[in-house]
Amino acid sequence: MSSMARITRRGLLAGGTALLAAPAILRAQGEQPIRIGEINSYSAVPAFTLPYRNGWQLAVAHINAAGGVLGRKLEVLSRDDAGKPQDAVRLAGELVDSDHVDLLAGGFLSNVGLALSDFSKQHQKLYIAGEPLTDALVWQDGQPFCFRLRPSTYVQAAMLVEEAAKLPAKRWVSVAPNYEYGQSAVKWFQQLLKAKRPDVEFVAAQWPALGHIDAAAVAGALEAAKPEAIYNVLFGADLTNFVRQGNTRGLFEQRAVVSVLTGEPDYLDPLGEETPEGWIVTGYPWNSLKTPEHMKFLDAYQAKFNTHPMMGSVVGYTLLQSIAAGIARAGGTATAKMVEGFSGAGFASPFGAASYRPIDHQSTLGTFVGKLALKDGKGVMVDWRYVDGAGVMPSNAEVAKLRPNTP
Amino acid sequence: MLITALNGLAAAATLFLLASGLTVIFGATRIVNFAHGSLYMLGAYLGWSILARLPHTPWGFALGAVATMAALALFGALLEIGLLRRIYRAPELFQLLATFGVVLMVQDVVQHLWGPAELSLPRPPWLRGFVLLGGARYPRFDLIVIAVFPVLLGALWLGFTRTRWGVLVRAATQDRDMLAALGVDQRLLFTSVFALGAALAGLAGILALPDGSADLTMDLSAVTDAFVVVVVGGLGSLSGAALASLLLGMLQSFGVLWLPRASLVLAFAAMAMVLALRPNGLLGRPLAGRGVGEVVAFIRPAPRALRLAGWFALGAAACAPLILGPYALSVLMEMLIAMLFAASLHLMMGPGGMPSFGHAAWFGIGAYAAALAVHALAAPLPLALPAAVLLAAFAAAAFGWFVVRLSGVYLAMLTLAFAQICWAIAFQWGDVTGGDNGILGVWPGLGVRGFYWLVLALCAGGTLLLRRVLAAPFGHALRASRDSSLRAEAIGLDTGRLRLAAFTLAGAAAGLAGGLYAFAEGSVFPTYISLQRSVDALLMVLLGGVQTISGPILGAFAYTGLYDTLLSLTDYWRFVLGAMIIVLVLAFPQGLAGVRLPGAAR
Amino acid sequence: MSVLRVERLRKSFGGVQAVRDVSFAVEAGEMLALIGPNGAGKSTCFNMLNGQLRPDAGHIDIAGRDTAGLPPRAVWRLGVGRTFQITATFASMSVRENVQLALLSQHREVWRLWRPAAARHAAAAEALLAQVGLAAQAGRAAAVLAYGDLKRLELAIALANAPRLLLMDEPTAGMAPTERVAQMRLVRDLASARGLAVLFTEHDMDVVFGLADRILVMNRGALIAEGNGEAIRAHPEVRAVYLGTGATSGGH
Repeated sequence: MSSMARITRRGLLAGGTALLAAPAILRAQGEQPIRIGEINSYSAVPAFTLPYRNGWQLAVAHINAAGGVLGRKLEVLSRDDAGKPQDAVRLAGELVDSDHVDLLAGGFLSNVGLALSDFSKQHQKLYIAGEPLTDALVWQDGQPFCFRLRPSTYVQAAMLVEEAAKLPAKRWVSVAPNYEYGQSAVKWFQQLLKAKRPDVEFVAAQWPALGHIDAAAVAGALEAAKPEAIYNVLFGADLTNFVRQGNTRGLFEQRAVVSVLTGEPDYLDPLGEETPEGWIVTGYPWNSLKTPEHMKFLDAYQAKFNTHPMMGSVVGYTLLQSIAAGIARAGGTATAKMVEGFSGAGFASPFGAASYRPIDHQSTLGTFVGKLALKDGKGVMVDWRYVDGAGVMPSNAEVAKLRPNTP
Repeated sequence: MLITALNGLAAAATLFLLASGLTVIFGATRIVNFAHGSLYMLGAYLGWSILARLPHTPWGFALGAVATMAALALFGALLEIGLLRRIYRAPELFQLLATFGVVLMVQDVVQHLWGPAELSLPRPPWLRGFVLLGGARYPRFDLIVIAVFPVLLGALWLGFTRTRWGVLVRAATQDRDMLAALGVDQRLLFTSVFALGAALAGLAGILALPDGSADLTMDLSAVTDAFVVVVVGGLGSLSGAALASLLLGMLQSFGVLWLPRASLVLAFAAMAMVLALRPNGLLGRPLAGRGVGEVVAFIRPAPRALRLAGWFALGAAACAPLILGPYALSVLMEMLIAMLFAASLHLMMGPGGMPSFGHAAWFGIGAYAAALAVHALAAPLPLALPAAVLLAAFAAAAFGWFVVRLSGVYLAMLTLAFAQICWAIAFQWGDVTGGDNGILGVWPGLGVRGFYWLVLALCAGGTLLLRRVLAAPFGHALRASRDSSLRAEAIGLDTGRLRLAAFTLAGAAAGLAGGLYAFAEGSVFPTYISLQRSVDALLMVLLGGVQTISGPILGAFAYTGLYDTLLSLTDYWRFVLGAMIIVLVLAFPQGLAGVRLPGAAR
Repeated sequence: MSVLRVERLRKSFGGVQAVRDVSFAVEAGEMLALIGPNGAGKSTCFNMLNGQLRPDAGHIDIAGRDTAGLPPRAVWRLGVGRTFQITATFASMSVRENVQLALLSQHREVWRLWRPAAARHAAAAEALLAQVGLAAQAGRAAAVLAYGDLKRLELAIALANAPRLLLMDEPTAGMAPTERVAQMRLVRDLASARGLAVLFTEHDMDVVFGLADRILVMNRGALIAEGNGEAIRAHPEVRAVYLGTGATSGGH
């Protein structure tokens, strides 16, 4: 009985896919479209992946309206990995084997990114990672078939160190979620800051479990260490809790706070009128960035989705732009050709021009460093400047050491 | 010090708010309500919407809280009438499964109604205020939360001791059948208790807003916290929950000072310690035997037709690599591994009578053992797999030694605690486990086909071996220990050792499944030990039917196929999966394998 | 030598002395009834004899070995069969499998993992079932048996390890009056044929006075009388307990 039911479901599924695919077939009668297998944690972290999806959908519309790439349309087959790397790998297998995609893209969580990178190495398929921040993706576990768009944890920390080193503060504390991202963000920050300022010391560290912070206890413990400055890696609901406790208790008064990613609208919007002024952050000042390339993106995004873009939207949009540029440069969709073409491929982004570095396949896309301020009861970034990713990377010799698998 | 203690009290108050509703519901209805966290999340979201429309004054907040509680009470009552009332006579784990279906559905409904972004409530000045205590600023709102703790405890205590309703509820807690015999309408009583529990969850939700926000992950993290409190305090005991909240709140607050990295592990370790010393929690009383209405099915060997079908399926599976591509093979491998994993859980839960909410622990230990053997010791697959089995078996034996004397929900909760500790280690101890980035590059060094045949041989072989063991004297003795430990001991059976052996065997089999999974996926991640993974295994076994030996096999294939299909079919796969679970529980309370013609196969 | 010899057995729960200095003995082939009103301490006594409860003080001597403090499974290995006041059988198994399992345990074969249990000791199990009149029910689920048949099944299980001592806690409770006598007559025959010592508690006085060789009477934890039917009937204290003020009731 149950096997009958399953067959019926499979049948339905196949029928549904055929139906959805039909217009695409009609459209591309002359040329097959270029198929991109896209995987992300849509149901597990919707707050970040849904704006991201808007972003890449906008880019696909733009690219196809302009005639596609190499005269072929782009077609994105998007899948939800439910936040599980093992599902991401299975879906990648399906996309490659059954749907014959030309390349893979996507990922928000670092572990999904690493799993997909490993898959791409095994199956010799190109994988372009959008969001995953972990350094391992291009360094320790870096491999020729994987490229990554976003500035990594190292880059984010390095950008903030430049500002932190200028502060008079010597007694530092850190607070970070207790998992790989938080751990490496703290590790790099400490290492780089101490190199620039041998006189600083880190007197306490708090490691709340991700999504499980006892903000009152953490704020109290940090206060007890009597720091002159705080380095924060918390984000999301943990950050909101922490900021509220800190505000009420005066934890941030008379203290410098340096904070990773907090200037991104995804994390800044929920802080609302509690946005702590003066924090030095990395982020995305969407409402004050007036460059032509950003205004064009912003207007198109707001017109299509009736809301302002998040950092994820920029990543999704730029991811597809970079893929189009890479394929155009490669002149075809054979994997070996594409790997060669993407290496050093320049592409446009709402933040300006960037390229994929040949040495570690990391893009030079940068981010903004600035200060938080309150405007009309909402958090904004002020006094920001764009920091190009290329400027804060370690030297090529160091990268070669960090990336053992480079030929 | 004073501030830290106050922080601890505030944490305790928050925990008690969460746990009181859960324990009240369990006390009267004996339902382990997994959806309690969802009620809490609904309270936060609904509260956010209601408070946004009210004046931002203390009275406005109070009014909003009352309105939220009323809305949640109504929702709770509807949930009880529409779903739970129909399954009071079903086995405990089926009730749990149904409430987990509710969890999945509520997640998607909330996301659909309120959107994916985190929602924070603007704090008016009175909520941002503080008092000066010994020179330090302490949030005034946290003092209010602390004050709610004794007020709520007192109110509940009065309600349960001084009103006729409370007396009846307590009577129902002790003896349902007697109450029914006295002609009391239990349905109304249970509906009202459930409504009260839901309202308390709603209150907890709205009180979480001023210090934080409403977001889509708060349900599961809240429900695990609430479970820990309720189990430490003793299931169904209100004063126990209060005591446990105090203990855990203080532990959390002071623990952050002393062991900032161990906050997650501390609570679970405390729970394990309490249960090891007091198997019924701090103030709990032993629960009467097995759940009401739990029928022990008469187990018969599989008839010829079913066996033939099984061998035929095995033959077909063996030929699969000659026809199917690598992707289809990887899906089949996933199903085969799920089958062994589910069969190992079934051994514990069904014939062993030991329900487990943390079976992913052994799976994960096996996976990590294999991956670490490959990585740190450069061991090949023929060494890594035995390492996975041995380490999982060893861990299961060591842990089982503590827990086999527990039963029912307590046992389930302690296994959950152990799995969560394993998960926390894998997730947080980056230097060894790679943290959430996991360990990559664990490939079998065989071709896809070769590895598929290995997986088929080991999973089918392992599952058949477990079946064989169940039909052997050991399996009968194990079942005997579950059916009647009194009689089993009286005919010379060492029930403790039998259960421990079954626990170890199940751990070893799950470890083998985990080791194979690590090679099949080429990597290991903390998600292999997540609560979700344990629940997956439970769903497979329960869908297939605990009482039948072929159930978990059927359940593993059905669930894996269903999940994979839904995931690629719809964004709202959680809603659909949750709804299907609920329909299945309502329609076939004995599981899929219970659906059969009279006299036909098992 | 007595099969069972109990000396100054004592047990209290909290402040209540459930069993006070009880001493008695049972010989091979003898049927000894233990009677007394509800709460007299009979079940506590039984539970100490088969190891479910640990005595506070006193000796329990079974076939020359002090068993006080041994767990039930060790006591069983010394040749003590037990039936319970509320029947305890294995509901997920057939009637035959219930008995087979006891036989497997007796042959120390329960830790075997490979060969199916169904094939082991089937004939011996059938023989035991035939002895208690359950041969026709061997293939049925134990869970669906009538209460009287469950009592018989328990007896068959208890006989599986060829015990020298049978402890029967209310072996006929819940049976029809005619069944009761038949059941205990069966036990009587077994006791005589195998030299089995039987200690049983019973509320049905027809059974007690009709079949027991000797009778022990307990009240409030203490043994108040011991002797054959005639002596017990005439015992003033027993009369007071059973016929007296009504403060203590004899059950049926």
